[in-house]
Amino acid sequence: MTDLPIQHTSAFSNIKRHYFATPLNSAITVLLAAFTAWILWGFFNWAFLEAIWGYGKNEECRAHEHGACWSFVATRWRIVLFGLYPFEEQWRSALACIVMLIVAILSCVPVFWNAKRLPVLWMVGFATFYILMRGGVFGLTPVVERDWGGLSLTVFIFASVCLLGMPLSIIFALLRRSELPWIARTMALVIDVIRSLPLLAIMFTFAIVLPFVLPGWAIGDKLYRVIVGYAIFFACYQAEIIRGGIQAIPSGQEEAAKALGMGYWHRIGYIVLPQAFRNALPPTINQFVITFKETSLVTIIGFFDILASGRAAAGTADWSFATIEMYVFVGLLFFVFVFSLSRYGAYLERRMSLNSR
Amino acid sequence: MQSLIKSRRVRDAGLQAAFVGGFVAMLVAMVLVGRANLEAQGLTSGFSFLERATGWRISFSLIDYSTNSTYARAILVGILNSLFLGAIALPIATVIGVAVGVMRTSGNGMAELVGTTFVELFRNAPLILQLLFWYTLLLGFPSPRDAEPILGGIALTGRGIYIPGLNVTGASVFVAVLIIVVAFALALWMGVKRWPDLHLRQASKERKLLWSLALLISIIVLWIGRIPETPLVSIPEPAGLNYRGGIRISPELMACLIAIAIYGAAYIAEIVRAGFIAIPKGQSEAGRALGLSPWYIFSRIRLPLAIRIVMPTLINQYVWLFKATTIGIAISFTDFFMVVSTAINQSGQTLELIAILMGGFLIINYSMAWVLNRVNDAIKLKGTQLRI
Repeated sequence: MTDLPIQHTSAFSNIKRHYFATPLNSAITVLLAAFTAWILWGFFNWAFLEAIWGYGKNEECRAHEHGACWSFVATRWRIVLFGLYPFEEQWRSALACIVMLIVAILSCVPVFWNAKRLPVLWMVGFATFYILMRGGVFGLTPVVERDWGGLSLTVFIFASVCLLGMPLSIIFALLRRSELPWIARTMALVIDVIRSLPLLAIMFTFAIVLPFVLPGWAIGDKLYRVIVGYAIFFACYQAEIIRGGIQAIPSGQEEAAKALGMGYWHRIGYIVLPQAFRNALPPTINQFVITFKETSLVTIIGFFDILASGRAAAGTADWSFATIEMYVFVGLLFFVFVFSLSRYGAYLERRMSLNSR
Repeated sequence: MQSLIKSRRVRDAGLQAAFVGGFVAMLVAMVLVGRANLEAQGLTSGFSFLERATGWRISFSLIDYSTNSTYARAILVGILNSLFLGAIALPIATVIGVAVGVMRTSGNGMAELVGTTFVELFRNAPLILQLLFWYTLLLGFPSPRDAEPILGGIALTGRGIYIPGLNVTGASVFVAVLIIVVAFALALWMGVKRWPDLHLRQASKERKLLWSLALLISIIVLWIGRIPETPLVSIPEPAGLNYRGGIRISPELMACLIAIAIYGAAYIAEIVRAGFIAIPKGQSEAGRALGLSPWYIFSRIRLPLAIRIVMPTLINQYVWLFKATTIGIAISFTDFFMVVSTAINQSGQTLELIAILMGGFLIINYSMAWVLNRVNDAIKLKGTQLRI
C-alpha cells in the first residue's frame, strides 16, 4: 500500500477535479454558477442595495417598490417578537426566551446528559421562564397567558410539549412493548391511529372539540388543551423512536439483568433506557427540530405565536406592503434555531458513528 | 408454586382488563358526555345531517357543487381536493427531490453547493411559513388587466395563473388518467410476473405495445369527451378585467402546490442522497470496468439501486407529506380538513364530523401505504442480489 504514488492536491488541481473534471462537468459548473450568481445578485440587490433601513420610513418604502423595507423590522420588531405582551414588561418576555435558549444550549453539553441533571435543568429553566412570563410573585405584575405572544409563546409551547411529551413517550414505549399482549396491542393501536392523523387535526380536536366531550371541571384553558394534544402527538412519534432504540440493544443485556435478579424498574431504568436513548439520539434531535417547526401550526387555530404576531405587525394598512420582509425576518429566526439544532444533530451522529467503530 | 403461577396469571389478566377497560370506558364516557352536551344545545346526534343542504360555498371543486348540495357531497369535494393536491404535489416533489439528491452526490462541486443550499434553506423553515410566503408572492402578481401573456398563453396574474387547456369534459380527463394509472400498474405487475422470464427483445416489444395502447386509448377517450362547438385547445386571452379560456389555477392551489412540492423535495432529496451513498462502490466500479458510459452507469445501475434502497423511507415520507396538505386551511384552500372544520362550524355535528375526519385520514393513509408497499414488494431486489 505504501507504494501508491503521492497525489498532488494543490488548490488548483482540487478545483479542477471538483468543478471541471470533464467538459460536461465544466458546462454544468458554469451554468449553475451563472444561475446562482443571477439569484444572488437579485437577492443582494433587493435586500441590500435597494433596501430602506431605519426607523419609521413606511412612506419612503411605499414609494420605493423594488427594494426590501427593513424599516419595517426596525419599527415593528417589538410586535413581531413580543405580540400583545404589555410594553413596559417586554424585557421579561425577552429574558424568559434567553433563559430557555441557555437551557437549550446547556442541554447540548455532555455534562448534563444524565437522567437526573437533564430533567432538573429543564424544570428549573421552565419554572424560571413561567415565573418571568406569568409574574404575580417577586413584585412582577401578573400577565395572563392570553396576553402572551410572539417568540415567547412559541418557546413556551415548544418547551411544554417537550417536557410533557418526553415522560409520556417513555410510558407509551414501555406499554407498547409490554409483555401483556392486550396492553401492547391497545397501545400499538393508539400510537398508529394518532400517527396517521395530521397534527393540525389533533390540535383542532383538542382546541375546539374537547370542551364538548369533557366534563366541565376538566376542560381547562384552550392553550393548555392544545399543548396536551401536541404533547400526545409528540409522544406517539417519540415512543416509536425510543422503541427503535430499545430494539437495537442486544437482547443479552436485558437477559443478563434478569439473570442477575434485577427487577423490572431496575432493568428499565439502569440497563434498557440509557442505552435506548443513546441509540435513539439522532432521530430524537430530528424529532425536536420537527416539533419546533410545527409549533407554528398553532397560528391556524388562533394563537398569537411568532408567525401570527408577525402577520399582525404587517397587517396594518401602513405596513401591509412589507409582508414579504416580515416572512423573511420570521423565517430567518426559525432558520437560525432549526439549522443550528440540525447541524448539532448531524455532528452527534458523526461522533457516535466514530465511537461505535 | 401452583398458587403463585395462578396468581400471576390472574394478576396479568386483571391488569390487561383494567387497562383496556379503562381506555374503552374513557372513550365511551367522552362520547356520552359529548352527546349530552350537544343534545342540551338542541342538536340531534347521528349522521342524518349528511343529507341536508349545506348552504355555503366552496371556492374550488372538481365535481359539481352548489350551495344546495348535501354535506356528504361537500365532504366528497374536500376529499377529492386533498387527493388532487397530493396527486400533483407529491410527484413534483419526487422529481425535484431526486434531481437535487442526484446533484448532491454528483461529485460536481457547484452542483453539490446548489443542492445543499436548496435543502438547508427549505428544510429549516416551517412549512406554513413557506406556504404563506409563496401565497403572498403569488397575490403580488399584477392584476389580470395589466398581466402580459408569456410563452404562448401562460398568464401570471394576482387572481391566479392561466395556462392553456383542452376543451374536454372532466369525466373524460378522469378516465384518461385512470387508464394511464392502470397501464402503470399493469407494467409493474408484468415486470414482476412475466417479463423477467421472456427474451429481452420480446419483453421490450410488449412494454412498448402496452404503453402505446394506453396512450392511444386515453387520447381517444379525450377526443370523445371534447366539448362540442369549441376549439380543442383553449388558450387564455385577456377579456376585459379578466382572462377567459384556458385553465385557471387559483393562487391558493398554486401556493399549496409550490410549498408542498419544495418542502417535500428538500426532505426527499436527503433520503435520495442517503440512498445513493448506501450503494456499494463496487457496483459503479464494475460498470466502469465493463466500459459502460457514465450515463449508463447512472441510469441503469445506480438510480435503480438507489430507488430500491430508499423506497421504504420514501413511503413514510409520502404519508407524512400527504398529512401536511392539511395546512392549506391557512390560506383557505378547501381541502378535506377545511371542509370538515367549516361543516363543524355550520352544523354543530362535532363528534360525527371529527369521526369522519379521522376515519377519512386513516383510510387514505393506510391505503396509500398499502399500495406503495405493494409497489415496493414488486420492485425490491430478491434474495442476495444486493449485498450491502
